[in-house]
Amino acid sequence: MTSLIFNSVVRALQPLLLFFSVFLLLSGHHAPGGGFTGGMVAASAFVLYGMATDTAAARRALRVPLPVLMGVGLLLALASGLVSVVSGEPFLTSVWLKFGAGVLGEVELGTPLLFDLGVYLVVMGVTLTFVASLAEE
Amino acid sequence: MSMLTALLVGFGAAAVAPALHRFAGRWTGALLTLVPAALFASFVIRVAPLVDGHVATERYAWAPRLMLHLSLRADGLALLMALLITGIGALVALYANRYLEGHPHLGRFYLFFFGFMSSMLGLVLSDNLLALFIFWELTSLTSYLLIGFDHTRDTSRAAALQGLLVTVGGGQALLVGVVMMGSAVGTLELSQLPGHALQTHPLYPWMLLLVLVGAFTKSAQFPFHFWLPGAMAAPTPVSAYLHSATMVKAGVFLLARLTPALGATPLWESAVTWVGGATMVVGAFLALGQRDLKLILAHATVCVLGTLTFLIGLGTALALHAMVVFLLAHALYKGALFLAAGAIDHATGTRDLVLLGGLRRAMPLTTAAVLLAAASMAGLVPALGFIGKELVYEGALAAPRAPGLATGATLLAFIPLVAVAAMLAVRPFFGATRELPHAPHEGPPGMWLGPLVLSVLGLVLGLFPSAVDGLLARASAVMAPAAPPPPPLKPWHGLNAALGLSVASLAGGAAVYFARDGLRGRISRLRLERWGPGRGYELALAGMLRFARFQTRLLQSGYLRRYLRMSVVAVGGLTAYALLTRARVWPELRGGDLEPYEAAVGVLMVLAAVTAARTRSRLASVSAMGVVGFGVALVFLFFGAPDLALTQSIVEALTVVVFLLALFHLPAYEELSSRPARLRDVGVSLAFGAVMATLLLVTVQNPEFPPISGYFLQNSVPGGHGRNVVNVILVDFRALDTLGEITVLAIAALGVSALLKAGRQKGTAR
Repeated sequence: MTSLIFNSVVRALQPLLLFFSVFLLLSGHHAPGGGFTGGMVAASAFVLYGMATDTAAARRALRVPLPVLMGVGLLLALASGLVSVVSGEPFLTSVWLKFGAGVLGEVELGTPLLFDLGVYLVVMGVTLTFVASLAEE
Repeated sequence: MSMLTALLVGFGAAAVAPALHRFAGRWTGALLTLVPAALFASFVIRVAPLVDGHVATERYAWAPRLMLHLSLRADGLALLMALLITGIGALVALYANRYLEGHPHLGRFYLFFFGFMSSMLGLVLSDNLLALFIFWELTSLTSYLLIGFDHTRDTSRAAALQGLLVTVGGGQALLVGVVMMGSAVGTLELSQLPGHALQTHPLYPWMLLLVLVGAFTKSAQFPFHFWLPGAMAAPTPVSAYLHSATMVKAGVFLLARLTPALGATPLWESAVTWVGGATMVVGAFLALGQRDLKLILAHATVCVLGTLTFLIGLGTALALHAMVVFLLAHALYKGALFLAAGAIDHATGTRDLVLLGGLRRAMPLTTAAVLLAAASMAGLVPALGFIGKELVYEGALAAPRAPGLATGATLLAFIPLVAVAAMLAVRPFFGATRELPHAPHEGPPGMWLGPLVLSVLGLVLGLFPSAVDGLLARASAVMAPAAPPPPPLKPWHGLNAALGLSVASLAGGAAVYFARDGLRGRISRLRLERWGPGRGYELALAGMLRFARFQTRLLQSGYLRRYLRMSVVAVGGLTAYALLTRARVWPELRGGDLEPYEAAVGVLMVLAAVTAARTRSRLASVSAMGVVGFGVALVFLFFGAPDLALTQSIVEALTVVVFLLALFHLPAYEELSSRPARLRDVGVSLAFGAVMATLLLVTVQNPEFPPISGYFLQNSVPGGHGRNVVNVILVDFRALDTLGEITVLAIAALGVSALLKAGRQKGTAR
């Protein structure tokens, strides 16, 4: 697909979509969004990029092989569950840290965010694997 | 060292073995031998306190709600087995280093070997039946890997699989029996099982039967004995360790452990005694028909395992004590004989008894070890085997029922055993030196040390049985807690009936020895493999494969549309059945409060669905499906689920992309199905939709079960620190489900990628 308009739009849209996906991931705990949605949006950013150029270019732009992306995601989710095991709580009990962060006010960071990041990476990797496998056939 | 540490050290040694082999090369075995040696020392230290009456216990919660605890208990029986496992383990580990010298996969061997050793330790130390079962299965798995260690040979792999299927099949029976016991009495701690409550339970016969199948398969009891000779495909150190000294005793060990809880009923006594008796006679008889040193030893092991089971079946305090003594004597002499057989094989290139001869000058130390071990096997004074045999005869003579039959069976088993011991001791070492594949020579120290230490130990303990008297008495007390302590072991029991029987079995053994060649021919001419239980195993395996092929042909057409129809009909039919029989309140349809724009979206979705089904253009059907999907997203939005709406629209957008990509690869549109077939599909779809809609309405309007969303709404902020309830559920309340789901997703993605790649390589992309 070679369309000048499409290519230019994608070029502008891709970073925005990626940014939006991270926003969805981070805000997901309180507002609509989350790892699953974020991962899908991030995947669609690369899908669009692949449609504008080609799959090989999209893979290069991603830099990380897709199985690694999924593997790291799974490991992060698993690791977030193990944090509580260290202190003797059951697997996957959430652990939260509260601290003041200057202008941002009080910030809460917890293992669910880490878990969600894992979901984000897995969903992104899975979606891109589906699309790339079909597109490269 | 706590028992848990001991287990962890063992498993740790297994884990580092392959890496260590890369660095340490030929020193690997010597270094790793230190591990079982240290564990052996840690268990030796425990003997004195135990004899004084202090039983060490440790207890760690594992999954308490399943009654699963890692409770470790070093009572007499456990400690005796732990000493055998670590002690013989150290000698065999040292031996294997030379036996497999230069083998490229020595590191892997030690991984399996120590994995087995630690699992076996866990098995004997566990006081919890479920934990015991887990270690039990681990020993079956490691045994499988070790039998099939020489994995390029078909026979090794077949033997490994046979051993695995028989023992793991029995393991499944054991698990069911254990679960039944647990739900009957509410505990699975071996030391707390209430015997009376179990034996009067209506399901007692089933529990017993299932547990016995587990124990009998593991300990190669008739008619499951056939896997043990097959397991001789393993490297000889493995045969010496797993398939004579330790793992095959696990079944006997379990029976001994369960004697107070399940034993002493008529059913137990008859089942255990008969099976054990049959095994010991059959094993001894079959041993006479073999020429291969390892196969002779394997069948003799079957005979001894039968004897141990038989003694447990007799169940008197005397018989149980005889069991313990005989177990120790056997482990020592059989370990020595196996290792020596491996050394002979290594030195001469053959294990054929008929070919061997005159090795005494070339291999003096091995000769000495075998002579001592065979003396113990034959039950000659003053070896430990003599004491064991005397006790076995005394136990049989004092059997509560049919002592004549019991004594006769024992005699019938021990006469061939004596003859076999004589064959092993005389044939390879004496007589003329023969032509052999290699010139015989004594192996390096690592290879004669093991057999020599074990056989000398058998002699020393025969002369000074008081050294182990206390431990053995504690071991038999585990099985018969109420009985008075057994009299101390003596090297010489005086002139009594048991001595007479011993002499009779020696005389009979001598007679059989001189008739050995004719007997061997006759037994091997029987062609037992044609109609024995081993043949039954082959038939069962072949039958299973035939059944698999039959049902595959029946169900697996290879057409996606048939699979889809089958799933839809099955799911819809079962749901409809459940609804018709279980639903108590039928939903009422209320359409009044529907807003016009909501109704419009609904109508649009229905129209799009009909279009998708009717159109002849693929692009149009994909777009129509997209309309349905976005319609669902709108519905989510109308009814207050913005999160789901967001997700749904992104999923929809990406689905359209995936569909379009897939469209490229599809052939041109064609009508494949006839009109009646399409009408049937319409019927199936409509019925399925109706069932699902009804299910949804029934669920929503059911007053019996309050919705759980209230809990999540209340706890989302205080418990989950988040105001987006959906997200809190996904990443916190139900995080385990999510973890499972993303794992499945990742696996599915890898599968899709591999399938499409495979199709591309074959050039038959579908």
